[in-house]
This record gives sequence, structure tokens and C-alpha cells, in this order.
Amino acid sequence: MGIGTSVLLKMNAEKALLQLGVAATVEATDIETARAATDASILLTTPDLVDRLQGLNGQVISIEQLFDLGEITEKLALALQA
Amino acid sequence: MATTLGQAFGSGSILVKADVAHWRAALRLGGDLLVNSGCTLPGYTEQMIQAVEELGPYIVIAPGLALAHARPSELVLKTGLSLVTLRQPVEFGNPQNDPVSLVFALSAVDHDSHIDVLQLFAGLVSDQKNVNSLLTGDSIEAIRLALG
Repeated sequence: MGIGTSVLLKMNAEKALLQLGVAATVEATDIETARAATDASILLTTPDLVDRLQGLNGQVISIEQLFDLGEITEKLALALQA
Repeated sequence: MATTLGQAFGSGSILVKADVAHWRAALRLGGDLLVNSGCTLPGYTEQMIQAVEELGPYIVIAPGLALAHARPSELVLKTGLSLVTLRQPVEFGNPQNDPVSLVFALSAVDHDSHIDVLQLFAGLVSDQKNVNSLLTGDSIEAIRLALG
């Protein structure tokens, strides 16, 4: 909820973005803050929490394994193409 | 500021090969260890459990491993970690990563001060060799050795 899993996801998302050569600002937040973030292009989360991020501006990506850089990089690459 | 991961685990923050029947019991033990090591007040434990009840078992962040936590509040006295290793794994209801044998609990006084600790934590759990040492460790000393 803003201090644990999201921070870990942010760390790995930043590594993935570096690999993709994409400049972006990544924030680790809890659900309420994410729902209020109208300027988010992409929202990364775990499968449990995907439903809570529906109906927002940004694209929601579900990451099943926080520590799988391959998964994060692949899904981000796909989302950024869209 | 902890420079090694082990430093984030205060005195009395580790329990080895506990027997629990349910994930809530595991979280309660983890919460007790945070209280024990001076990191939180008892109310924080229920908040960690409520987070899972409300949001689902998102805290099972890697196969066999959970990182329980709740929000920063006046129930947090200092940033720290605890670890309960389980003799028998328990289900948290997370299809990707169940069952769980390593239950970490984290307390943070605000949204930033624990980032370095989490980075060390991420480094540790990304290497399966470390995770295996934690799984097989049968004493607090063995666990502390694995944590670094």
C-alpha cells in the first residue's frame, strides 16, 4: 500500500525502462493515490489490484511476478507501442 | 539508515520454523516480532491483516515469499523488518506464488525512509541461493547469516 510492493515494482520498472531506453517518471503509490493520478500514462500493478484501477486515464498493466524483469520489460514495451 | 539488510532486523525480530495453520497466524507472528523489536505498536499487526483481507494476497510477491506491511502511522515507531520462517508452507490465496514459507513484515515511518532497506531486500530475494538459505536455515544465527 505505497510502501512495500509498489516500491519493489517501481525499482524493477525503472530498470526495465532503462533497458528500453525510455525516459519516464515512476512513482510508487497506494491505490487511492493511483486512482487520483490523472496524469499517469501507465499504471503497473499486481493481478489482485487490477480491478481497482479500472476506469482511469492510464493503461493498466498487470505484472504477475514483481521480480521478473523480463515480464516487466516485455509488457512495458507492448504498452508503450500502443 | 541500515547499510546491511541484517541491520533492519532488530533484536527479537526473527522466528524460525514456526508452525501455523493459517496465513493470519503467520502475519500475527510477524507483527508480534515487529512489536518485540521495537518497530511497531500492536495495532499495526491488525492493519497488515486487514490490508490482505481488503486487497487480496498481493503481498505474496515471489514464489513462497510474502512481504506484509501497512501504512505509515503513529503505530510505527521505527522502520524495520521481521521474518517468520514456516515449518510447513501456508496458502495465502495467491495462485502465482503460493504456498508461502517465508513471511516478512515491514514497518516504515514514512514513504521514503525505508527505500534503502527495500533495495537491500530486493537484492536478497532476487537470488534464489539466498532464498534457499532462508528456507533451510534452522536457527536465528543461520538466518542472520543469510540476511547479511
